Amino acid sequence: MIEIRNLQKNFGEKQVLKNVNLTIEDGKVTCILGGSGCGKSTLIKCMIRLEDATSGQILVDGKDITQIKSEIKMAAIRRHFGYLFQEGALFDSMTVGENVSFGLKYLTDVPPGDYAKVIREKLALVGLKEEVANLNPSELSGGMKKRVSLARVLAINPKVILYDEPTTGLDPIMSDIISDLVLDLKAKLGVTSVVITHDMHSAFKIADKIAFLYEGKILLYGTPEEFRHTDNPYVKQFVTGSSQGPIQMKLMRE
Amino acid sequence: MFTSIGKYMMNLFRQVGGSAQMVRSSIFWLFHSRFEFHQAVEQSVTIGVESFGVTALTSLFTGMVLALQAGNTIGNIFGDPIFVGTIVAFSLIRELGPVLTGVVISGRAGAAVTAQIGTMAVTEQIDALYTLGTNPIRYLVIPRMFGFILTVPILTLFSNLFGVIGGYLVAVYALGVPGEVYFTDITTFMGVGDFMHGFIKSFIFAFMIGTVCCYKGISTRGGAEGVGKSTTGAVVTTIVLILVLDYFLTAILTAFGI
Repeated sequence: MIEIRNLQKNFGEKQVLKNVNLTIEDGKVTCILGGSGCGKSTLIKCMIRLEDATSGQILVDGKDITQIKSEIKMAAIRRHFGYLFQEGALFDSMTVGENVSFGLKYLTDVPPGDYAKVIREKLALVGLKEEVANLNPSELSGGMKKRVSLARVLAINPKVILYDEPTTGLDPIMSDIISDLVLDLKAKLGVTSVVITHDMHSAFKIADKIAFLYEGKILLYGTPEEFRHTDNPYVKQFVTGSSQGPIQMKLMRE
Repeated sequence: MFTSIGKYMMNLFRQVGGSAQMVRSSIFWLFHSRFEFHQAVEQSVTIGVESFGVTALTSLFTGMVLALQAGNTIGNIFGDPIFVGTIVAFSLIRELGPVLTGVVISGRAGAAVTAQIGTMAVTEQIDALYTLGTNPIRYLVIPRMFGFILTVPILTLFSNLFGVIGGYLVAVYALGVPGEVYFTDITTFMGVGDFMHGFIKSFIFAFMIGTVCCYKGISTRGGAEGVGKSTTGAVVTTIVLILVLDYFLTAILTAFGI
């Protein structure tokens, strides 16, 4: 279980996260919703210390990771996490196959002779053919990059996967396949997922819990059902995707 | 004005502190993890091959111009172009060899290293390394530092060689100095200490170039514009530091009799 308590994160003078409190339950899918630039990516980066919190606690299985000073100890915690980056973050000096198998060398006991098999399996899971393994990331479309990046995450069999907008840039059918994959990982392997998304269809399909982040705070945390029937005007506007509402008014005031 | 001086100084101290922290981290990972041998060899070859041609050409013409200037000036004073070999070899082996090699490598390989690591930083590839069980200092910085420390001294040796050859060509074919005299002038007046002087400098320049270029890359922020700024910053900083360090190193090494 991951518990976030009174988390604050500042970039210089700018306060991006203000007293965020959130619980990520084991084996569940938690979606984080919120407008662009509201700190969603920063929040999940803090969960594995890719960003250091300004104050507050992040408890991973009861251990406050914000207090860990040793890089070796932090690496040992990170090995249970997978992270799907917004733009894929594929290593452009390597082929797709080398990208997918990169983590195997450092995080698993898979012998190098079996790498080709793992690459084939994981690429198939995200709907890509085996031949893609020989391409360079620069030869892939945006959506393919994201799927290769997901295959790279799946290759290391993490207990927790942090997804930064997994369906953005994908066609609706592939988005749905990725949503099914998240559910499949939960059902078969008990993987805990934290998903940042703007895709409401996907969020309602996969989420056990949803958190709505607005101006650095969690405005609402609840089940998809609670989100569908909420009276909170901010959340309601976001869920319906309307241009009219308090969020728009706020933007106009600024 | 005081505010901008203060900001400049703060930024300078932050960068010096950050570089020192990166070096400390590199030493830590060097002893606490597996050495990325394959990466280190690849980087050494890349840095060496990328910079060899330019280094050779620069040194060849530097040796040639040194011989021409020395020969003409001495010829005007003493009537004969004497000690051309000594002047060319002394200038190259003690000073210009390491300095020119350092400057060329900064502009060629150093810029490439900063741009590559900087691009990785702004496209989250460095964060991806952390999530895939790899520390970027271990995977990116140590092999590149190794590459610089191995290749800069070797390229300095080649630079000296090409410079001396350039000087020889001008001394013999333009100034009419006999070839044996040119080489006797070098071997008579130069000792092992003179080679050590240049060699020690080349190691220190290599370490400095590796540190500055890797740090500038890893601390890059702000997309394509940030990569451009880091790369320019790395090249300017290393070239200025080579020239400044060269003076102090000469003073220190000479004081120790090297």
